[in-house]
Amino acid sequence: MKLPLYQPDAASSTRFLFFTGKGGVGKTSLSCATALKLVEAGKRVLLVSTDPASNLDEVLETKLSNHPTPIAGAPGLDALNINPIDAAAAYRERLIGPMRGLLPEAALRSMEEQLSGSCTVEIAAFDEFSGFIGNPDAAKDYDHVIFDTAPTGHTLRLMSLAKAWDQFLDNNTSGTSCLGPLAGLEKQRAVYEATVNTLANAAATTLVLVSRPQLSALREAERTSKELRALGVGNQQLVINGTFETKCPEDVTAQAMQQRGLSAMTTASAFIDSLPSFIVPLRPINILGIGGLRVLLSGDNATSDTSASNATSEWTPPAMESLEDLVADIEKQGHGVIMTMGKGGVGKTTVAAAIAVMLARRGHAVHLSTTDPAAHVAQTLAGQVEGLTLSKIDPAAETASYQGEVMLKQGATMDEAGRALLEEDLRSPCTEEIAVFRAFAREVGQGTNRFVVLDTAPTGHTLLLLDASEAYQRELERQARSTQPEEVLKLLERLRDPDYTHMLLVTLPEATPVHEAAALQEDLRRARIEPFAWVINQSLLHSGSCDPLLQRREHSEHRYIREVVDKQATRTAWLPWQPEEPTGPDALAHLAASHLLTPTAA
Amino acid sequence: MKTIQVYDPPMCCSTGICGPDIDPDLVNFAAMLSQLGAHDIKIERYNLGQQPMAFVQNPTVKALLDKEGVEVLPVIFWDGEVHLKGRYPTKEERPHWFRVALGKEEATA
Repeated sequence: MKLPLYQPDAASSTRFLFFTGKGGVGKTSLSCATALKLVEAGKRVLLVSTDPASNLDEVLETKLSNHPTPIAGAPGLDALNINPIDAAAAYRERLIGPMRGLLPEAALRSMEEQLSGSCTVEIAAFDEFSGFIGNPDAAKDYDHVIFDTAPTGHTLRLMSLAKAWDQFLDNNTSGTSCLGPLAGLEKQRAVYEATVNTLANAAATTLVLVSRPQLSALREAERTSKELRALGVGNQQLVINGTFETKCPEDVTAQAMQQRGLSAMTTASAFIDSLPSFIVPLRPINILGIGGLRVLLSGDNATSDTSASNATSEWTPPAMESLEDLVADIEKQGHGVIMTMGKGGVGKTTVAAAIAVMLARRGHAVHLSTTDPAAHVAQTLAGQVEGLTLSKIDPAAETASYQGEVMLKQGATMDEAGRALLEEDLRSPCTEEIAVFRAFAREVGQGTNRFVVLDTAPTGHTLLLLDASEAYQRELERQARSTQPEEVLKLLERLRDPDYTHMLLVTLPEATPVHEAAALQEDLRRARIEPFAWVINQSLLHSGSCDPLLQRREHSEHRYIREVVDKQATRTAWLPWQPEEPTGPDALAHLAASHLLTPTAA
Repeated sequence: MKTIQVYDPPMCCSTGICGPDIDPDLVNFAAMLSQLGAHDIKIERYNLGQQPMAFVQNPTVKALLDKEGVEVLPVIFWDGEVHLKGRYPTKEERPHWFRVALGKEEATA
């Protein structure tokens, strides 16, 4: 399969460009590099990030805000960051602020509680986002507006909500509705409508699906492609970021990496051939700053800069543990919850599965639950390990079952009009959040007499889940006659108990994943949850590669490994890069037992 | 009875299902209001989470909030007089509402 290099062309580019894909595939780098290309062709470009875990600041080496900031070194380029959580806070304040002094403190507090739910965050994010698209004046000074969007689930929700809300506002006649917080925004209805239309307009909007030469990432892109196409977003392109051809035929690691990429792309060829597809070759450096961004989309396919291949210089890595060492400590409690967290694409599910296998093989009863719809590793364990049970949190299925449950329980005592109204409110965006939250609480509650291992959904979603859990906690404390199961009431308390819950932050030894994991750690600490350890996954350290590109990448790991061990983590486990994606119990157990061989362990 | 005014506690929807718990009285109340609304009864509904100014502007509601706190909600008025506070009408009470509002029994209530 010979695919062309991704070279955004100012002449044919649409006004709006959206970059979407699983976390860690390089959406931010690619959207920045594309913006730079367009600017260099004389265009004026606005770059917008709506990812709550955005690292646009870092990539552009500029402190951004929620207003356009000119980027030094790229005249014509402005960038801004929309943090939906901050946007929700601002929205809350707009509503509550004018009431201070007019209403009693308790009333203000209860308003604030109600407006702290995930619905408000979603609505505020969408409101901000559509301002740039649906309002013809908002970005009129720019030729192009490029969105570096949030991870897939979030993006999908934002986009599908545009349509769902539109229909909802059309059909809903009862005045107040589940779109409650939107009521204050309904005057912007025309803006939302224009947004939906613009997204579906192929002459105005291009959706760039960003992926990696890995099967799970390509499958994820395919799912996104289909879902968005069904929502009318039809002008799509695929960019496979980080394709790799080794110049070092005798190098086992390099050969395996090249082979793995090729076979993933061959397996997904039907999808790749179904739309305009491009590649961006793996680059030896971390893509930061204007100079780095230029390298990313430079025309040549080869690695021009191999000068610093003296990367084999002496470097003694800090002492790190194996996953097995962590498990040996975790198992002392005899039961509890282990959660792997981190940016999407860092291997949370693999690490969770490896821990589950290891605990089960040590004779414990273990339940592994995965939330990532793209994860296949868990399926490879079915019936393979004694004492290990599996489940999946599927947001769509959870929502359907919650709707059914509510209708059955509540609908029975209602008249027909009541049932109709309830059904209508159950179609609202809030329902999925509640349903997934309940499933999450249920799984965590399973850990009282065994181990429960959970991978969690991508960063932004995880934050929302935890935020939701706290908002619910407060809500439940207020309500005397609660019908919620006991495990919901106990959730946050359990997450905060270091003997009950062990949180592992998973990262790759690269700039973005480390910094995003650090931001996640901060967020956890704000919720008074302390991570147990960090896991550095897919490290090329000691791979012994003779490929200059891989050597450079190995060398660049050093500072990020040091940063994790010295600054971020109280304990750090290390996992080597795997020639094969580990599936099945033996491969996972082998991975977990991998030790970094250090001649002089510090 | 010509008008019904409802001052709800903060909630994100008329049936309250967005909260972690569902009150069937609230769901049925919402349904009843939509039926009454279809029979020329003027229905005004305010939600503290969304229309806080309405609570400030109604002196009765404002005084109740100051004195009894948020627990006083919902406050429900019939023709400008407080009819019910702190809860929604029950299954047993709803037929009476229909009688007063429409002058007849509603089978579906």
